[in-house]
Amino acid sequence: MYETNFHKASTAQDAAALLAKSDDGKILAGGQTLIPTMKQRLAAPADLVDLSRAEALRGVTITKRKKMGIMKADGGETITIGAMTTHAEVAGDTELAKVCPVISGLAANIGDPAVRHRGTIGGSVANNDPAADYPAALMALRATIHTNSREIKAEDYFQGMFATALADNEIITAVSFQAPAVGGYGKFPNPASRYAMVGVFIAKSVDGDVCVAVTGAGDNGVYRHAGLEAALSADWSTTAIEAIEVSADGLMSDLHGTAAYRANLIKVMAKRALV
Amino acid sequence: MSEGIGARVLRKEDKRFITGKGRYTDDIVEDNQAYAAFVRSPHAHARIVSIDTTAAMKMEGVETVLNGAQLTGDGIGNIICGWAVASKDGSPMNMGAWSALATEKVRYVGDAVAIVVADTKSLAKLAAEAVVVTYEELPVVVGSLQALAGGAPQLHENAPGNLIFDWEIGDLAPTDAALAAAAHVTEMDITNNRLAPNPMEPRSAIATFNDAEDHYTLYTTSQNPHVARLVLSAFYNVAPEHKLRVIAPDVGGGFGSKIYIYPEEIACLWAAMKSGRSVKWTSDRTEAFLTDAHGRDHVSTAKIGFDGDGMIVGLKVNTKANLGAYMSLFSSAVPTYLYGTLLSGQYNIANIYCDVQAVYTNTVPVDAYRGAGRPEACYVIERIMETAAREMGVDPAELRAKNFVTSFPHQTPVIMAYDSGDFATNQKQAQKAADVAGFRARKAEALGRGKLRGLGYSNYIEACGIAPSAAVGSLGAGVGLWESAEVRVNPVGTIEILTGSHSHGQGHETTFAQIVAERFDLPTENIKIVHGDTDKVQFGMGTYGSRSGAVGMSAIVKAMDKVEAKVKKIAAHVLEAGEDDIVIEGGAVKVAGTDKQMLWHEVGLAAYTAHNIPDGMEPGLKETAFYDPTNFTFPAGCYICEVEVDPDTGVTEVVQFVASDDFGTIINPMIVEGQVHGGIAQGIGQAMLENVVYDDAGQQLSASYMDYTMPRADDLPNYSVHHASTTCPGNPLGMKGCGEAGAIGSPPAVINAITDAIGNNNLSMPATPAAVWTALQAASIKLAAE
Repeated sequence: MYETNFHKASTAQDAAALLAKSDDGKILAGGQTLIPTMKQRLAAPADLVDLSRAEALRGVTITKRKKMGIMKADGGETITIGAMTTHAEVAGDTELAKVCPVISGLAANIGDPAVRHRGTIGGSVANNDPAADYPAALMALRATIHTNSREIKAEDYFQGMFATALADNEIITAVSFQAPAVGGYGKFPNPASRYAMVGVFIAKSVDGDVCVAVTGAGDNGVYRHAGLEAALSADWSTTAIEAIEVSADGLMSDLHGTAAYRANLIKVMAKRALV
Repeated sequence: MSEGIGARVLRKEDKRFITGKGRYTDDIVEDNQAYAAFVRSPHAHARIVSIDTTAAMKMEGVETVLNGAQLTGDGIGNIICGWAVASKDGSPMNMGAWSALATEKVRYVGDAVAIVVADTKSLAKLAAEAVVVTYEELPVVVGSLQALAGGAPQLHENAPGNLIFDWEIGDLAPTDAALAAAAHVTEMDITNNRLAPNPMEPRSAIATFNDAEDHYTLYTTSQNPHVARLVLSAFYNVAPEHKLRVIAPDVGGGFGSKIYIYPEEIACLWAAMKSGRSVKWTSDRTEAFLTDAHGRDHVSTAKIGFDGDGMIVGLKVNTKANLGAYMSLFSSAVPTYLYGTLLSGQYNIANIYCDVQAVYTNTVPVDAYRGAGRPEACYVIERIMETAAREMGVDPAELRAKNFVTSFPHQTPVIMAYDSGDFATNQKQAQKAADVAGFRARKAEALGRGKLRGLGYSNYIEACGIAPSAAVGSLGAGVGLWESAEVRVNPVGTIEILTGSHSHGQGHETTFAQIVAERFDLPTENIKIVHGDTDKVQFGMGTYGSRSGAVGMSAIVKAMDKVEAKVKKIAAHVLEAGEDDIVIEGGAVKVAGTDKQMLWHEVGLAAYTAHNIPDGMEPGLKETAFYDPTNFTFPAGCYICEVEVDPDTGVTEVVQFVASDDFGTIINPMIVEGQVHGGIAQGIGQAMLENVVYDDAGQQLSASYMDYTMPRADDLPNYSVHHASTTCPGNPLGMKGCGEAGAIGSPPAVINAITDAIGNNNLSMPATPAAVWTALQAASIKLAAE
């Protein structure tokens, strides 16, 4: 690792100020990608601004749809997850598990326990790894990414491999979305890294809109799958998924599998997301 | 005796390992210590135009930057392969020059070009990046078939066509004739994938030069410190043996990769002398992928013929062995004398012919990795036996059984003389444990759940011990392959065993103590095993080839024989009895049938006080022995793997893995089971997960755990491990060796099971989900076409 200056920020505002002072500063969230990358000497930020003490950026908030209603998994609650909330905290939030179990399950299967206890949702979303799980969820849930300066719709935010709408020194503070009426995530882990080789997130909103996002497979990061959305909008069933053709065009081929294999996995994982 | 042979004694070494008190090379801190970083080639093949160290030398904290021209200028010799293998025409192997720091050309990504010595690790790395090397890139070749093709880039001038040797074993004409006359011939292409060894502890070295005494000390991650000292002295001219101490302290796994003497240790020793600092280098994980000797990488075609009764009449194999960019220490032996000699498997085969072309490519050097040649041989014979059975429509277990060697000794047509074994009993035991009879029902049940079940056999035999010296010498080995031991009984009766074997995960501190406990009826608590230091231990050959039991422990037995004889003489003298009446039991040395006795420690004391020992006897109680076996040993067994394939994804689960092994005498069943578990884990790793992948430019695409799939606990089944042993007649304990069997025997069982499940035999290792799914698609397309 190259030498770097380490700063601690207690709020997003502090962090923004520290970043502004640096020519080449980076936010350190959970560090589960950044630190290994720095250790391999592939990244060398002059300054690291650590957000782990920013308590306001931590935690899950659930706003009930009906004020007096009983919380249950019928969807529509507004869920806000602070950027510095770890995967383990998301997975372990019992109220979240009641209103949006698909997110709890997704978080519980990210990486390994060490990664889940350090890695954060904000870090994952900021990095936008093309094989990460959260981008598919936020895309399919039509989430909002909150930063220290604005709110960005997920579909505008995710812009290809490791590319996002974040401006220089812009800091994610939270993500929010409505709990879907029905949601499912089918993940096929890469045998080596256990990142998603294909991850398909399917959500049906309380208004009945179907949204399907795919991570891991595309050669330009997370994307929405129009074919699956159309099929499932017409017929919410595995039969509908089975009936469509998933093209291998635009999918990745690498030493772990061909584009054709990934195309197959999209269908299989979509079916498993539905079940 | 509760702690003797056959007892499940808990590992004595584990307390320090699991409490973080192990002392590994990187834990050693010398006074005046500096750190080395290596400037490595980013190109797989290039000419070095210039090396500019000016900027690096000026950096703060940099002690020195040294290159290959300076190294060779100081008379440091080239790295050699220590096993001479001749070609068919009698010509010697074409060994290209390998300097610890490249001088004119680099030949693989990671090839070391310069060493930087600086005050800290971080400064050393920064300075290494500041060394400007200008390269002229050359065309690259990474596959053995491509390297042998006309017009391929040439790696070494003295190896035309990149051919290192073209070796053969067996008789060609009779084999061809037998195959021509066979009732059935099965022919197949078989690839054995390239593996990275990945011991948990990366390689490390710390070298110190004491100019007042003109003496070097090297701590290093070695499986054989004495061999390291010998080679560093005799071939690399680093220092004469009496002025070089090599210590291999706790070593965290080797799997073969720590047998060899690598460029880094040589360069650190030399740089310590040049700089006057202790020079430490510890590999990071990326460097390990780029520089630790890889394993396997064979491309073969094989042909086997049967008569009308299903009896094997002949086997013919051609193999291209990729040895990488340079010949590593034992690289030539692996695809020849540790491979072709095992192609007879467990079977009576009258005619065998095998030829092997060893090839240079722009890849990491390839050498022995757990099993070393025997896994490759086992994979060829066990894949083709299974395939032949399917083609002939006969039960694969029955086809094997009817061809088993059943009388011993058995001379194969490929050098090896099997000394013992009971292949049928192991097969039956494995079949029973695997409930082979119930397989059809399980397959039907799985199909009901949409899963494809398959079952595969592997009846392996291997050769361990790597000895005797005269035999391996006649085959080209540059060293003798005996082992030595010293048994020191202290005046207080405790015992120290100095062994030339080296433990880096094998549990020698426990098992070696057990054979001493057994012999002298003492608790293992009173016995200490000393190893891994050339200043403490007499010469030894180290640990590899599952030789520490059969050879290393035999040397201890021989030394104990001498100690026992002296103990009995002393006791007989003191107790005024005949030597033949003396027995050792219960911590005492007794006159049988009387109440006359000396306590064990009283004999030790008597030997050292020498007040009352027989006339003419030397004082003391310490004996040394060198043991050279009479033959290799032949562990063998039957492995049965059962898998369930998800046809939608190709994901394969090993649902059952049964091993029935013949290891001869077992000293500690718990440790042996651990060796089998680990070996099978590596075998399943090779069969389903692990693969070194290069792109055409010679860059390793799989050089991190993001892409190289190490087996994890949830990839592996619970093992069902059994034994049916025959005693090895070749050594005093009757041991055969267990360290590599799991890795040797398991890959074909796994692939035979998966191909059985999916109905397509065209499947290479590793059988990843993508590979299995692709093979399934091909099978279903074929089915549809039919």
